[in-house]
Amino acid sequence: MNIYEQQASNRRTTVFIMAVFVGFFLVIGLGFDYFYLNFTPAASAAPVLGADGYYEASRGQAQNIPFGTIIALLVGLGLTANGFFNGARMVLRSTMARRAITANEKEQIFLNVVREMATASGLPEPAAYIIPDPDLNAFATGTSPANSVIAVTEGLLASLNREELQGVVAHEMGHIRNYDIRLMTVSAALMGAIALLSDFAGRSMRYGGRSSSYGGSSYGGSSGSSGSSSRRGGGGGAALIMFVVWIVLVILAPLISRMLAMAISRQREYLADATGAELTRNPKALISALEKIRSAVMPTNAINNGVAHMCIADPRGSLIEEKLGFTADLLATHPPMEKRILALKVMSYQAANPQA
Amino acid sequence: MTILAIVLLALAAYLVFTFNGLVKLRNQVANAFRQIDVQLKRRHDLIPNLVESVKGEMKFEKETLERVIQARAAAVSAGQGGNTGDILAKEGMLTQALGRLMAISENYPNLKANESVKKLMEELTHTENQISFARQFYNDVVTKFNTDQQVFPTNLFAAMLGFTPSALWELPADSPERENVKVNLAV
Repeated sequence: MNIYEQQASNRRTTVFIMAVFVGFFLVIGLGFDYFYLNFTPAASAAPVLGADGYYEASRGQAQNIPFGTIIALLVGLGLTANGFFNGARMVLRSTMARRAITANEKEQIFLNVVREMATASGLPEPAAYIIPDPDLNAFATGTSPANSVIAVTEGLLASLNREELQGVVAHEMGHIRNYDIRLMTVSAALMGAIALLSDFAGRSMRYGGRSSSYGGSSYGGSSGSSGSSSRRGGGGGAALIMFVVWIVLVILAPLISRMLAMAISRQREYLADATGAELTRNPKALISALEKIRSAVMPTNAINNGVAHMCIADPRGSLIEEKLGFTADLLATHPPMEKRILALKVMSYQAANPQA
Repeated sequence: MTILAIVLLALAAYLVFTFNGLVKLRNQVANAFRQIDVQLKRRHDLIPNLVESVKGEMKFEKETLERVIQARAAAVSAGQGGNTGDILAKEGMLTQALGRLMAISENYPNLKANESVKKLMEELTHTENQISFARQFYNDVVTKFNTDQQVFPTNLFAAMLGFTPSALWELPADSPERENVKVNLAV
């Protein structure tokens, strides 16, 4: 896959994820209307013989507006837009990142390196941020190369030399050039929203379940009683199954979204590593940087789980990373460091022996 | 008749598409070339400061410092002359002289401890990197521009549309930059 295909695929996947997110909200809203407000689309159109001899939609059903669906749709669209436009800022705030300053010697070097990599890739210069954490990690965020951010931890600046830092920044530049940042940032923002929402839904179901069953029946009694009672009597089994599916969806949503984010992030790391090697023409520096990052097994505390898939190495400490097999394939956000380093070594060997 | 019209239309669309793509690349090439220029200018401005601040400590390296100053003067005048081959040769000499200066400065612990010299050295490293990355990007873009002109069937009409291949930023065969930096560590 070359970088143009990668860019196109990233744009497509971003749109797809946003659509799935809105669709998810739609399902939640519909389910809420269906189970809590007893709203049935078919019943609202049922004609009733009016007092003056015409058939018309019954007045009681006409007031039966699907509030849940409308609100959920609006919230879904709003959160998606928010994730797209404020995602980068949210990610930076969650890691407590601050701008790099020229007064500090190390940060001046970091700023220079970022500028160099912008020159090498021919893209506008990203903003440089520092994460106050002693562990070694880095990530890039933003929605397009024109407003992108590269953030590294203080520990990374302290323990990498200039060339290794260049390799890491070039890797992040690769994420920017491939439009990985847009996909990653949007999915991080949406993942956070889903986690929050499922937490909220879980609570409201636990506390609100009993009262809503009373509320539901009283609501059904006040609006057209015939419609709601017939549905309850007829489709009890199907409704129960749908209810179970809905609950499972709500409960599993954060897990599914997390797995999605992991799956989309793993393949990208290889490509970003390759881009990093291409920009610096120096795969060895990136190899030694990755080895230093790997040997620092400390978890990065400043970076929470929601941002894990954006980082150059898994911030939760590299325990899952080193394992191969099904569990790792399912749960790891990053390919094993071993494999990444091997791929880079092959690259540097080929660069040194062009005819091989 | 309709088939002919469709074929002609497709051909015209293809021509427009190719022409626009080549124009875009040509402008990118020009821009990438300007970027190298900017960095070279920056290097010329930086050198007098650097020489001034290391002069006191490196008085036994008069020859090296002299060579840097001369190479800079030659590069500046070549830049004003505007002959690309000349610029390449003179900038290559300056790169080499600077490389030697930086390598030698490693032997002076006082210099390495000096805050302002350290800052200047980082700035010089940064500028040297910027020059080489700007050059690398320029060559990448030129390679793409030239390849797009030379592939079939664009090669049949690229010249007619007024496109000519650009020159890569290469060092002349006898450039001193091709030699390794010799550092004599014997005191």
